[in-house]
Amino acid sequence: MSAPPAVDLRHAIRGRSDWGRLAVWVSTCAAITLVLTGLSLVVGTSSAETSLGWIFAPDAQSAVILWDIRLPRAVGAWLAGALLGLSGAVAQGVFRNPLAEPYLLGTASGAALGVTLSLLAADASIGGLAWAGQLGVTGAACIGAAGAIVLTITLARGVLETASLLLAGIVIAFLLTAVTSLLLLTKPEIWRAMQTFLLGSTGFLSWSSVILLGIVFLVCIVPSTLLARGLDALTLGEDTAQSLGLSLPVLRLTLLGVTALGTAAAVGQIGVVGFVGLVAPHLVRETLSVNHRQLLIAAPLCGGVLLQAADLVSRWVVRPAELPVGAVTACVGGAYLVILLWRRNRVG
Amino acid sequence: MSASEGGAAAGTRAAASAATSPAASAAVSAISCRNLSVSFGRRLVLKDVSLDVPAGHWTAVVGPNGCGKSTLLRTLAGLTQPDAGSILLGGRPLGEWPRWARARHLAWLSQSSGQSELTAAEVIGLGRVAHGGWLARSRESDDAAIARAMTATGTGAFAARRLSTLSGGERQRVHLARTLAVEAPVLLLDEPTTHLDPPHQEDVARLLRGQARERGTCVLSAIHDLSVALAADRLIVLGYRALIGQGSVREALAGDWLSAAFQTPMQIIDHAGVHLWRPALEPPSDA
Repeated sequence: MSAPPAVDLRHAIRGRSDWGRLAVWVSTCAAITLVLTGLSLVVGTSSAETSLGWIFAPDAQSAVILWDIRLPRAVGAWLAGALLGLSGAVAQGVFRNPLAEPYLLGTASGAALGVTLSLLAADASIGGLAWAGQLGVTGAACIGAAGAIVLTITLARGVLETASLLLAGIVIAFLLTAVTSLLLLTKPEIWRAMQTFLLGSTGFLSWSSVILLGIVFLVCIVPSTLLARGLDALTLGEDTAQSLGLSLPVLRLTLLGVTALGTAAAVGQIGVVGFVGLVAPHLVRETLSVNHRQLLIAAPLCGGVLLQAADLVSRWVVRPAELPVGAVTACVGGAYLVILLWRRNRVG
Repeated sequence: MSASEGGAAAGTRAAASAATSPAASAAVSAISCRNLSVSFGRRLVLKDVSLDVPAGHWTAVVGPNGCGKSTLLRTLAGLTQPDAGSILLGGRPLGEWPRWARARHLAWLSQSSGQSELTAAEVIGLGRVAHGGWLARSRESDDAAIARAMTATGTGAFAARRLSTLSGGERQRVHLARTLAVEAPVLLLDEPTTHLDPPHQEDVARLLRGQARERGTCVLSAIHDLSVALAADRLIVLGYRALIGQGSVREALAGDWLSAAFQTPMQIIDHAGVHLWRPALEPPSDA
């Protein structure tokens, strides 16, 4: 085996990551985010001209609409999308499955059940659940999502068996959905309120949700990027990762915790918005050759842009009314996956 | 057979062939096990196996399909828990080694390492994880080790390509390079020559021999290709569940361990000191 010149080797080792292209990606995402944020300030129930007028000559009422309703909505949508993108990328790495997504552990169903319970409790006719009503939709969704994850992990008897976790996640999701449906059957009048939540909406976002999402995002992104090399090692198989000295329980528990926390926070704030967590990491991998540290930086940016764009579309198409943002992401995300499938089939 | 016999025999062989390796002393084995039994579910795979694998030698594990070669290596690497028995790594019980220290002392190559979208250089770099821990800033010493591993395996040429775009043989060499990059005193390699064409098999055999003789590494590899395995310094011959023998290639051939292991007569030709397996096939009809 002849050795190539040492200079080439050094270049190959040091140039192991495509940081240059990642920088381009990051700046592009940042630019799009700024544009989308600007656009979402002028899209609403009032016409774009009126909104533009508000920006340049705000009065007391329009200032509230712009800075306390539309801006937190835009920023919050970005943060929720970023959390979903990050959770998706981490889940795909931990499960070593490109089809893994943040809701895999039953979070969505758990959150839906939590919200149903809180809505039922808010209905005065039901006693004993009054405490749940106090939590509000957001708190109930978060607790529901977290509860579902605990159930899934308990059913799978820990985090070490990928197949058990996936199966347990499916079982818990079905069970909780069944419970939710039964509850809704008894109280058809809360069905409509539930729909807003199940189809996703950025309408509940306020500055306090932005702060919450921001804190959760920081709490999630730091450990994930620190453990990114562990995810790289996992791509070679769990045994190999273990033989490299990595502690699988620490790695999986931490990263599943990140996915759980990120998803629960996002679902709590904007409801069940599908496809962002699945598609964002895919989009990154399609355009960049990345290791996990880079993926975990790029996927949240991509998720943020996706959800912001979907939110804008959902508010634009049938203005002054709004489409559920989850329906928009499902259409766009589904279409993207179909294109991906066709392209793969052609290559194959 | 006893450990002292094996050591003496290896020493004689080394003296006879005037090899550059130090005389083997099985008394200081790099990795050893006593009365190891391993089962999968209710199927007993290894029963009561005791081994001493010396440093500075390339030892090949041979035996029929399903006799437990991979299981033996996985158990010695600490990836499979034995039902009974003890394992000593560098004289210290395997379970007492701290995780990172063990990963620096013992490197394991899987028979089938997964697909990955990482580049070859990144995969090889993962061999250095145990040296830096989670936060792993890559240091000069890591880069040097990676470069040595790339040079030894000839993987530098495709270092920047994604693993998924490489051929099976290229991928195998990348995984071997990743194992070498650990620069561990003990290498456990499960079929390091699969997917390789004959010249590359030869390269790997030369590489493993060199690692053992020049760096004093304990190289233990499961190899199903007898022509490659018989180029090793020592053999561990496994039959179904039982250890047939461990010792120098000369001892293995003298005792006809291979026939006992494969439960069929195995003809080995001595071609100017190079041992070759001859299949008991009739020559092709048009010969």
